[in-house]
Amino acid sequence: MDYILSLLIWLPIIGMIVVAIIPREKEESIRITAAVTTGIQFLLTLILWYDFDSQDGSMQFKEWAEWIPSFNIAYHLGVDGLSLPMVVLTGLLFFIGVFVSWNIKKAVKGYFALFLLLNTGVMGVFLSLDFFLFYIFWEVMLLPMYFLIGMWGGPQREYAAIKFFLYTLFGSVLMLVGILGLYFACGKTFDILELTRIAPLALDGMLWWGISAIKVIWVLLFIGFAIKVPVFPFHTWLPLAHVEAPTAISVLLAGILLKLGVYGIIRVNYGLMPDGVYWFSTALAFLGLINVVWGGLCALAQKDLKKLVAYSSVNHMGYSLIGMAAVVAAGEANGLNMKAAQAGLGGAVFQMFNHGTISAMLFILVGVIYERAHHREIEGFGGLASQMPVYTGITAVAFFAGLGLPGLSGFISEAMCFIGAFPVFKGIVIASTIGILLNAAYFLWAFQRIFFGELNDKYSDLPEINKLELFTVIPLLLITLFFGIYPSPYLDIISSTMDSIINHVISLSTYASM
Amino acid sequence: MDMHIQYSLFILFLPLLAFLIQIFFGKRLPRQGDWVSISAIFTTLFFALIMFISMLTNYNPDFKQEASFVWLDMGEFQIRLGFLIDNITIIMLLIVALISTCTHIFSIKYLEDDIRYSRYFAYLGLFTFSMNGIVLANNLMSMYMFWELVGVSSYLLIGHWFEKKSAANASKKAFLTNRVGDIGFFIGIMLIYNAVGSFAFSDVFSGVSSGLIAGTTLTIAGLGLFMGAMGKSSQFPLHIWLPDAMEGPTPVSALMHAATMVAAGVYLSVRIFPILTPDALLLVAYVGGFTAFFAASIAITQSDIKKVLAYSTVSQLGYMILAVGTGVYTAAFFHLLTHAMFKANLFYGSGSVIHSMHHALHKKHDHHTDPQDMNNMGGFKDKMPITYWSMLLSTMAIAGVPIFSGFLSKDAILAGTLSFAQHNPQHFLLAIFGFGAAAITAFYMFRMMFLTFHGNPKIPDLIDDIHESPKEMTGPLILLGGLSFFIWYTLPNYNPFSTYGWFTDLVKPMNAVVPGNMTAEEIEAGAHHAHYLAMYVSIGVAAFGIFLSWLFYIKKGLSAEVWAKRWGFLYDWSINKYYFDENYDKYIYQPTLRLAEKIAWIDWELYDKYFINGFGRLINWVSKISGKIDYDFIDQIIVDGTGKAASLFGRTFKKIQTGKLQNYVLYVTAGVIILMVIQSF
Repeated sequence: MDYILSLLIWLPIIGMIVVAIIPREKEESIRITAAVTTGIQFLLTLILWYDFDSQDGSMQFKEWAEWIPSFNIAYHLGVDGLSLPMVVLTGLLFFIGVFVSWNIKKAVKGYFALFLLLNTGVMGVFLSLDFFLFYIFWEVMLLPMYFLIGMWGGPQREYAAIKFFLYTLFGSVLMLVGILGLYFACGKTFDILELTRIAPLALDGMLWWGISAIKVIWVLLFIGFAIKVPVFPFHTWLPLAHVEAPTAISVLLAGILLKLGVYGIIRVNYGLMPDGVYWFSTALAFLGLINVVWGGLCALAQKDLKKLVAYSSVNHMGYSLIGMAAVVAAGEANGLNMKAAQAGLGGAVFQMFNHGTISAMLFILVGVIYERAHHREIEGFGGLASQMPVYTGITAVAFFAGLGLPGLSGFISEAMCFIGAFPVFKGIVIASTIGILLNAAYFLWAFQRIFFGELNDKYSDLPEINKLELFTVIPLLLITLFFGIYPSPYLDIISSTMDSIINHVISLSTYASM
Repeated sequence: MDMHIQYSLFILFLPLLAFLIQIFFGKRLPRQGDWVSISAIFTTLFFALIMFISMLTNYNPDFKQEASFVWLDMGEFQIRLGFLIDNITIIMLLIVALISTCTHIFSIKYLEDDIRYSRYFAYLGLFTFSMNGIVLANNLMSMYMFWELVGVSSYLLIGHWFEKKSAANASKKAFLTNRVGDIGFFIGIMLIYNAVGSFAFSDVFSGVSSGLIAGTTLTIAGLGLFMGAMGKSSQFPLHIWLPDAMEGPTPVSALMHAATMVAAGVYLSVRIFPILTPDALLLVAYVGGFTAFFAASIAITQSDIKKVLAYSTVSQLGYMILAVGTGVYTAAFFHLLTHAMFKANLFYGSGSVIHSMHHALHKKHDHHTDPQDMNNMGGFKDKMPITYWSMLLSTMAIAGVPIFSGFLSKDAILAGTLSFAQHNPQHFLLAIFGFGAAAITAFYMFRMMFLTFHGNPKIPDLIDDIHESPKEMTGPLILLGGLSFFIWYTLPNYNPFSTYGWFTDLVKPMNAVVPGNMTAEEIEAGAHHAHYLAMYVSIGVAAFGIFLSWLFYIKKGLSAEVWAKRWGFLYDWSINKYYFDENYDKYIYQPTLRLAEKIAWIDWELYDKYFINGFGRLINWVSKISGKIDYDFIDQIIVDGTGKAASLFGRTFKKIQTGKLQNYVLYVTAGVIILMVIQSF
């Protein structure tokens, strides 16, 4: 299993080639190929989880090979407690995504080929330890996403796709500038581990046009990642893309692609610019607050269920941002509060995973009802609880998970984010607890309008959720429940890595000199 | 493992098991699986009784067992979950198990033929599990978690008949109003954890006594936690959800919205009493006292039998909170105990009446007459003797008639309040609230009894079809009616005028850990001193209230209609619940929704369509202009005029001026990079 990471990345490409060879009429074979490919990949991620040494906070399963020596670019892979859960989540959601896409009618071959290409891109970003490689994979994701939304989406798909593309490209370009800035400022290397060692010292005190280089690069990279998260005010591509994208793509978009933003900020911004963390932490927490409140209020006003769920992502990622900011609590200025830093960063990373499963579940459930009723107008339903009791029950659990009910995983990570950030950002945290109420308000109000009341006669023959749909949603539900009751297996995996990130940020920041 | 811990594990998890069985298999089991839930709850009751009996035989006021485990571990940051079992816990477990058992039994007939019969029993199990979780919690975090779960079971059970819009609205309202309180609860938890570094009650107490958190911060933290209690115990101004919660089935109202769940707020206040500062306590006292009086003044005009009881519950919870605020927090818990029994019974009684009304109306195919409206009742006394006598006993208890349980517990609260007012004459209002509410309570409770059971039937042709309820329903009525007598709470003493007995022996007030607060002895001495005066006054006001009620509704010496007119605006306020729902709707809900719509509009129509897309349009425009310059000016005039070589250059240049956004961004980028490279060398 020395090359397990490479296998994870390139396996979907092999699947894609097989899909490309299969004649386009054999749709069933294409689907099965995609299912087998992602299935194997998911199993491999589980093996990786099993073999992972959770006591070790550094990179594991590393692979290194020379690639473009003249620019010091290498094929460098590795996994740690920050990326491992995301890798497993990627494996799971792509596998589930195949079954969510099972009923796609149009151009099946093209769809699954792009789907698998996307898979490679996502896996690659999480596993790359070379900035150049990271960027390549980052761009590789963009292309299939553009086509998947633009060709298989809803009525406004082209507009949504181009908007998504330009928005993200804008972010990528800023990111590229940031990466190149780092490359030249830190002894011409793209290696992330090496940069993590060098950059904090090399950038210290460096000025560009009279501005601290750290601030410049921090902002460039932050905007690049913030668009993915999405952080207010870079979030408007998200509701549109979600509403137009086919269900499976919404699932992946919310479940994994948004996490790339948070992942990138922690991996790159936190790793390479610890000073920037201090400089930016208040802004980060404040942006989190805006995400929570703005996203929550927007969700409350939505009439389209899918858009509501999309805005709930904006709202939920806000908690992650607040939690991330808590890292500074461990610094001397804030009383070396390691408890708070662990709670906050751990909560933020846990929230990424939990939002990944919960929002995936929500989008699948929206897809189920859309498939039957051919619309998503919240007001257009009513009384479905008596018609589709199983669907209602599952949706209830998903909604309650979304509103942060204890016993379901979302609660723990949200609570950790709050508790962690509280010592340093009291006002911001207190203000953002309004999210506790907003979440409940928009989910329960929507739930009432869709499921309660007298059954709308139009829907008296709406079929119950079927076995295939259950198969896609039940695993996510069980995960949500499992980690809600027993979060230790997850937190054990990440905690050593979280400690090394916190220590890294704290020990290498010399904020005063910036 | 200690016996208490083991039994508690059973008590906690058996109802959860029943919930799981019911939710997945209930419909397929014989009798829709009600026997699964009922056997689980009986076993729970059995274990609770054993613990209770062992408490009585050991007779140790300082009994305490604690057990916990690390639930979540990040290294330094840990959350431990665990049990705290002392005498308060044991009594509370018995209350929950007993009332829950009665509710299960009562529901067999009450919900017979209900379309979601098994679902209903499943949710009862979920509730019992969550409630016991609150009771057993040894730390704030697990309490908060079960607190929310209780909220969900309440949501599900209030919305049991979700086809009715009013039920669906009520369930949502209950959950959201509670969440408002929970925000405070969570902020309180964060403030305390931030200072003390632990969630466990014992650590919090020692942390406060060693001054880790003090002054205003402690006051705010305490009030934050109390805000949670206000939500759950339906205290002003978060009282609005409880009356609406009556949309749920009546046995649920008895269990959750009278006896146990709403008492969780009081339970929390009792648990955190030692860390409440004098300022916090004063506010607590005012909230409780005002709620007691205010809710009573609404109950007086309601005609829906369940609404009367609902406002009465709000008012009685206010009493308990008042007791916590004035320092006699064991009296609050004592009242919680006696109130749980007689108020659950009153709800069962009302359920019995409604059940009978419902069947009588059904028989006549009348689906318009409201079976809960007391204006449609009257003269049921002889038709439903068990219900009548049982309810009468509980009514005497709540009205504070001697030899009944409520007299003792209410007296203990009023003595504490009076003593507080004597020591702090500026807060005499609290005593007025307390005694005033006592008088009103006696009045409206007897009004309810008179309107329902006495006088002439208001719908004469209905009375023949009114029958006593089946024994599944009268059983709990007989049991809890009997438990309205004082003797059960004072054994081994027989003096009906003294609270002294097993309860006062086993539940001793703890000293506050806040430096400078009054000690338990001082508070007790004060209450003891005020005891006789409080007792005389409370007997007096109760008698006055009952007499007035008799005068109005039996003797008809005074006409309710005339008095309602005479006090027109007060009557109007009361019957309309002081227009709280209307005003909240007008000044809170609607503006929030409008704000949300405004924000969504700004986000989508303004910011995205104009700013973000405008950005795109701007670049488009720039690229068109530059394309024009490129072709018309550079190419046509300069390039063409400077020969072949230059023309070649021009064409190459034109190629990259594609007008595509990506390319432009790339060129900008390249420029920046070059600048950076220059800078870094």
